[in-house]
Amino acid sequence: MVEKIWNRQAIVRGDDQPDLLYIDMHFVHEVSSPQAFDGLRAKGRSVRRPDLTIATEDHNVPTDTLELREPTGRLQVQTMRRNCLEFGVTLYRLGDEGQGIVHVIGPETGLTQPGMVMVCGDSHTSTHGALGALAFGIGTSEVEHVLATQTLPQQRPRTMVVTVTGRLPLGVSAKDLALVLIARVGTGGGQGFVVEYRGEAITALSIEERMTLCNMSIEWGARAGLVGPDQTTFAYLRGRRFAPSDELWAEAQEYWHSLRTDEGATFDEEIELDASSVVPFVTWGTNPGQGVALSDVVPSPDEFTDPEERSAAQRALSYMDLTPGTRMRDVVVDTVFIGSCTNGRIEDLRAAAEVLRGRRVADGVRLLIVPGSMAVKRQAEEEGLDEVFVAAGAQWRGAGCSMCIGMNPDIVGPGERTASTSNRNFEGRQGPGARTHLVSPAVAAATAVVGRLSAPADIDAEKVPTPVSAARP
Amino acid sequence: MKPFVVHEGIGAPLRMSNVDTDQILPSRFLKRVTRSGFGDGLFIGWRESPDFVLNRPAYTHATVLVAGTDFGIGSSREAAVWALQDYGFRAVIAPRFGDIFRTNAGKSGLVAVELAESKVERLWDYCELNPGATITIDLEARTVMAGDDIKESFMIDDYLRRRLLNGLDEIAITLTSGDAIAAFESERPRIKPRVFES
Repeated sequence: MVEKIWNRQAIVRGDDQPDLLYIDMHFVHEVSSPQAFDGLRAKGRSVRRPDLTIATEDHNVPTDTLELREPTGRLQVQTMRRNCLEFGVTLYRLGDEGQGIVHVIGPETGLTQPGMVMVCGDSHTSTHGALGALAFGIGTSEVEHVLATQTLPQQRPRTMVVTVTGRLPLGVSAKDLALVLIARVGTGGGQGFVVEYRGEAITALSIEERMTLCNMSIEWGARAGLVGPDQTTFAYLRGRRFAPSDELWAEAQEYWHSLRTDEGATFDEEIELDASSVVPFVTWGTNPGQGVALSDVVPSPDEFTDPEERSAAQRALSYMDLTPGTRMRDVVVDTVFIGSCTNGRIEDLRAAAEVLRGRRVADGVRLLIVPGSMAVKRQAEEEGLDEVFVAAGAQWRGAGCSMCIGMNPDIVGPGERTASTSNRNFEGRQGPGARTHLVSPAVAAATAVVGRLSAPADIDAEKVPTPVSAARP
Repeated sequence: MKPFVVHEGIGAPLRMSNVDTDQILPSRFLKRVTRSGFGDGLFIGWRESPDFVLNRPAYTHATVLVAGTDFGIGSSREAAVWALQDYGFRAVIAPRFGDIFRTNAGKSGLVAVELAESKVERLWDYCELNPGATITIDLEARTVMAGDDIKESFMIDDYLRRRLLNGLDEIAITLTSGDAIAAFESERPRIKPRVFES
């Protein structure tokens, strides 16, 4: 499928230079674009296709107010507004109905469709692959290149297929699947590859679950991850604002069908995973590959035979302030974050609400629930999920990247520990000195109730939580 | 982009793998609208520690960083590259780079050299035994040299090498294919979405 998309989009193919790929849709946000627009101005260039470009404010905006109080963040947002006006680019501003995280609004508006090549100055652009698009993150110089030419010189990637057999057990999510996969292949395992996910378990996933999985592709090094379009894809797209109209629908479906990987197609690399063996998974370290089952314990650096991995584990444990042998379920958290381009969609919020309904957040725990877009927010409020969250003691916010990225007012304090549905547990990712455990929405919600890393099934077993300190004596 | 042909500069050994872009430049330092000034945030989480390699006087003025595998994984922030350049780095050597970081480096003129782990190991040893010693990167010849004994060849994409050697503006190169782009656009399937009708 990757090859088929590539061959249709490669305008110029050179022997001594990369292929020139046509970009069907370019998403822009406030953080990675100002220098790109500056570059255009400096050379007197324009945006070639404003109709194939769309901008949103998500990374540094606050989620509890529409007021941009912080001066440097405000300057970036204002710069974006000025640039979009000057170059004729459609912008969803903070507070607008359509505003949200770029990787949430693309699919929900129907702008993301099978077979499209899509880019954004953000590594989690791989999310859009859930609908069968070839979508990848780019840097600011490339943003400028796409703005000016609607194309990008790209080396043809190597291809990999991840076949997930069987079915995910009840209570296990696409996030757990992604974390298990990364723990197995390592953070660099997909370097240089575009990955196609397939198999019974993938077919059974909803589009939003596929987005979670594709979103995390970059966390094991793959620049893009995608799923072949099927009936689930078509049903998701039908009727969305930018989806093909009824009269074009048959034509579109035919086109999308033709993109699917042929029987017997070969890949440069193949991985197989059994979905039925996946369990709720959490990270203990400072990269997304450092994870274990929730039922497991913090590993000892001695368990790693590779000296690099051993020293990385040592460093991670010291940063995370964890002692080998500690049960993951005994790890006490200060903050729980549910949101982000990984897990900030309506199904994620429903999963959290199911756990939080009629329950209270544990004393001393701060729970932030941040919808990925204003549309998700409206939907959640229509379903009454906001009331469930507020009744449980959570903070219900506006749309944005929020606590995933540590560059807006939602940050985790130094030394604080968080269970987060986001995508990165790097040192300082959620704020200087913040300690992150990556989890699924259900585990996040249960953790907020118990006060320690927990699955929903643990809640009733823990009527009276008695937290045990995970810190070293 | 400044051309890069040969560069000789102090090598700094960073014996760490998986140095992600949040460690190179945390997101809170990304709120600039210019390409310069990011050096202040470079490796900020480690800059307080006296043991950190760039805090040791012999390496403070390093221009060639020698790092462990998977350097620059994580986010797409090109400012991670700009921060390294702002500090004074002209090149980074590592066994493997994060994909987007490597691309960004190539676009901004920071040379990313991939050398096998054993060769990086030798460079680390050399830099540690000879604090402040220089490493020479010859992009024309595709070699890395240090001291009397170390001379390694490296592979680099020819097109990228040509661009780096000449400091070429890639957008200008692409714009020479303007006719092909326009022809492609005229035949693009009508089912594909547009944000507005123009």
